[in-house]
Amino acid sequence: MKSVLVIGNGMVGYKFCEKFVANQVDGNYKLTVFGEEPRPAYDRVHLSEFFENQDAKKLELAPRNWYEENKIELITGERVSAIQRDLKKIQTSSGKEYTYDYLVLATGSLPFVPPIDGVNKEGVFVYRTIEDLEGMLAYAGKLKQEKPEAKAAVLGGGLLGLEAAKAVMDMGLEPHVVEFAPKLMPRQLDNRGSNVLKLKLESLGINIHLNKATSKILGNGSIEGMQFGEDDALETDMLVISAGIRPRDELAKSCNLEMGTRGGIVVNNKMQTSDPSIFAIGEVALYNQMIYGLVAPGYEMADIAVEQIIGDPDKQMTEDIDMSTKLKLIGVDVASFGEPFMPAEKGHSILFENKTKHLYKRINVSHDGQKLLGGILIGDASDYNMLHQIYLNGMDLPENVEDLILGARSGGESSFGSAMSLPDTAQICSCENVLKQDICGGLLEGKTCNLKDVMAETKAATGCGGCKPMVTELVNETLKSLGQEVKETICEHFEYTRQELYGILKVKKVHTFDEALEACGKGHGCEVCKPLIASILASLYNDTANKEEVIQDSNDKFLANIQRNGTYSVVPRIPGGEITPEKLIVIGEVAKEYDLYTKITGGQRIDLFGAELHQLPAIWKTLIDAGFESGHAYGKSLRTVKSCVGSTWCRYGMDESVSFAIELEDRYKGLRSPHKLKGGVSGCIRECAEARGKDFGVIAVEGGWNLYVCGNGGATPKHALLLAEQIDNETCIKYLDRFLMYYIRTAAPLMRTAAWLDKLEGGIEQLKQVVVNDSLNIADELEQEMEQLVDAYECEWKQIVEDEQLQGRFKHFINSEDSDDNLVFVPMREQKMPKAW
Amino acid sequence: MDVLTSAYKTVKESEVNVWFEVAKAEDFPKDGGVCVKYKDKQIAVYNFTRKGTWYACQNVCPHKMEMVLSRGMIGDENGIPKVACPMHKKTFSLETGENLNGDLDAIAMYPVKVENNIVYIGFSE
Repeated sequence: MKSVLVIGNGMVGYKFCEKFVANQVDGNYKLTVFGEEPRPAYDRVHLSEFFENQDAKKLELAPRNWYEENKIELITGERVSAIQRDLKKIQTSSGKEYTYDYLVLATGSLPFVPPIDGVNKEGVFVYRTIEDLEGMLAYAGKLKQEKPEAKAAVLGGGLLGLEAAKAVMDMGLEPHVVEFAPKLMPRQLDNRGSNVLKLKLESLGINIHLNKATSKILGNGSIEGMQFGEDDALETDMLVISAGIRPRDELAKSCNLEMGTRGGIVVNNKMQTSDPSIFAIGEVALYNQMIYGLVAPGYEMADIAVEQIIGDPDKQMTEDIDMSTKLKLIGVDVASFGEPFMPAEKGHSILFENKTKHLYKRINVSHDGQKLLGGILIGDASDYNMLHQIYLNGMDLPENVEDLILGARSGGESSFGSAMSLPDTAQICSCENVLKQDICGGLLEGKTCNLKDVMAETKAATGCGGCKPMVTELVNETLKSLGQEVKETICEHFEYTRQELYGILKVKKVHTFDEALEACGKGHGCEVCKPLIASILASLYNDTANKEEVIQDSNDKFLANIQRNGTYSVVPRIPGGEITPEKLIVIGEVAKEYDLYTKITGGQRIDLFGAELHQLPAIWKTLIDAGFESGHAYGKSLRTVKSCVGSTWCRYGMDESVSFAIELEDRYKGLRSPHKLKGGVSGCIRECAEARGKDFGVIAVEGGWNLYVCGNGGATPKHALLLAEQIDNETCIKYLDRFLMYYIRTAAPLMRTAAWLDKLEGGIEQLKQVVVNDSLNIADELEQEMEQLVDAYECEWKQIVEDEQLQGRFKHFINSEDSDDNLVFVPMREQKMPKAW
Repeated sequence: MDVLTSAYKTVKESEVNVWFEVAKAEDFPKDGGVCVKYKDKQIAVYNFTRKGTWYACQNVCPHKMEMVLSRGMIGDENGIPKVACPMHKKTFSLETGENLNGDLDAIAMYPVKVENNIVYIGFSE
């Protein structure tokens, strides 16, 4: 059996093991791994997450027993001290010896500590390992006890330095970033980008000092400050050095492998060093005269080395290494790809900058405007994946190239198209080198069937995670193309359509959510099935939303519409839009007393915005005492029946449209349905009530009413279609009862009547058969069901106002009478509005 | 805005220095949530009666920074207990705080214990 020794158990060393295990077929090799740190390899890219949970296990790339299961001997806490190339033998610091057939050096790098006077003082740290972080945490904790306003500086404004700044900020210290160069992230950003990032970071409380050459660390024993030049200094109680990396190449140097002039082990495109049986990978390897501090090239090197030993020895390392990066720094998107800075002889740059929103975008385009060469994104990197793909695949650019960063401005399609339009060979995940065909192919062949499978199988999106949105889109679109959403079951808890569930709950006389789960579901429910079942139960029994508040949708739970800042709006019912001056005054007084923003709605009523949760019961008490009822503006239920003034006042009116609108609104108020319902009644064909834009619309004509159904405003406007002509009030109500009940029984969740009619086989003609001609022989049943619901109506706000116990849920805190002190309003046109997000 | 979330850090049971007494267990709605005030923090607490477990997390949703998670619906997804924000239905694992339907930051979780029918939340400070 041949022996392969891996020195170094970092991210790249681990990746070598993983690929080795995956490729080894005959078990002829014994793999032994040496790690200097006490724990198995962990994810250094997400090191700052350690501060959030301080759970080192979470960062582990694989648990210790993974190595055992794969017959890898993992020796941690042991340093390799010498290599004897002539004997193909290594020695550890405790004196043990191991022989090898192949040796892999994955020793990584060490933080570079510049030789500054005083750098050995207490309180100066580097940022590399979990132990470094633990040391920083302990020191910061001590500092804060002695000095609550303690400051911490980070030397180095690069990628890792800014991460470190977030770490010290999370420790409760005042963060300062000190950078030698005149800009932040000098390798990735141009001056403009750096300026925007600096503004943003400063707004988050991070102090930035550029152009500072640190000459001395001040302090007596422990650090107290940093000296820049002659008379410039910064007081600080702690310092984290993040000034770049140096390859850990001392082992290679001591055994006379060929080295770069400034360090690093020279490797060829097979990752071989000057000794063909020794490989070097990751940050210790000098490839193309460069050290690559990114995960993706490190992983590729690991792959190449494995291929050399047990796979295809012709496989070579990519010539041009893609150094594109996208990351979230302290919640700020920063991305840079291709050539971020481009000399003018190669092409032109297109820039967008908005400092008020901390946004900066730059793309570099070839002179002919055909190809994307690189770019920088600050503040919003949501288009990074597509831009990166366009760059990598040399795809053609749209005619108006600026649309790529400004968005298409003349309406219509997005300027990118979808991820599905990428070529099959497009690299989607650069960390793991996963191509589009790897992701979609597995799905098409049935080897994988959802996002989780794809991630487990291909490892896409398991590295930095930046490509996850794109992987998700590819998975969803591919599944859709396979027709894999044919049965629209509700969710994992109920494998039925809404119509099936409606029937089951009705037949089994189910009255609560728990009973429903027991009757035909599994698990504990979710935000999809809970409100759906609440709606069906309400449609079956007209129980108000107070009966089981915890399964109600956001708005139904508190019988009010939740608004942008977590406050609520109040809409009392004003049937048909008819209101007395006395009632108008009450609404005005309520709005004044509680300082509410008031607006007339599209449904001819008045909306009062900005009420806090705990104010709702008192507001409604006043309204109900004055004769108002809930307007159900928050529910998937009847909203309003809009009317024109009709023959009572209008000289053209054919009938009393207001009276009929009020009668209809009173009849169907509180009716819960698959989606909201709106109605309208017009007194003549001039149609001032816009009734044909509603779920049901009634228009007065010579000889009676015309009844129209399944209209819609909103995103896909649709005129309602004629169901019956010249009918009297009674017949109109009879048909409406049948129509609405039939819709409630059979529609999918959150499907408006217009979409429901579209899906109904036979369309409006079939609906006429069912409603007018009773072709299914269910008309009586439908009418009876509606009659029961109408009789069972209760105003749910009245229930709350009359029952103190029910008011309990309208408190912001369970353990305090305080209100949410997080709310901020700003003035607007003599009223107020929530402060912007 | 990040200032709002930065005040919240997951506390492990072993790190608890203060068990803060909140209220009697029966004051909490079954399979629902409430909001608890602790110093200047707002904590959402869920009585997951169907599972017989309790969960506590930050009340602020990392999506739009509103103090609303306690008003969200709870449930499970592939066996993982979760809460859905009432504003835009962002869902978070009640075990790890991880955002299950997006890539928002994880929410901070706090240990809960019930002794003699009194509900306590654990804080490190």
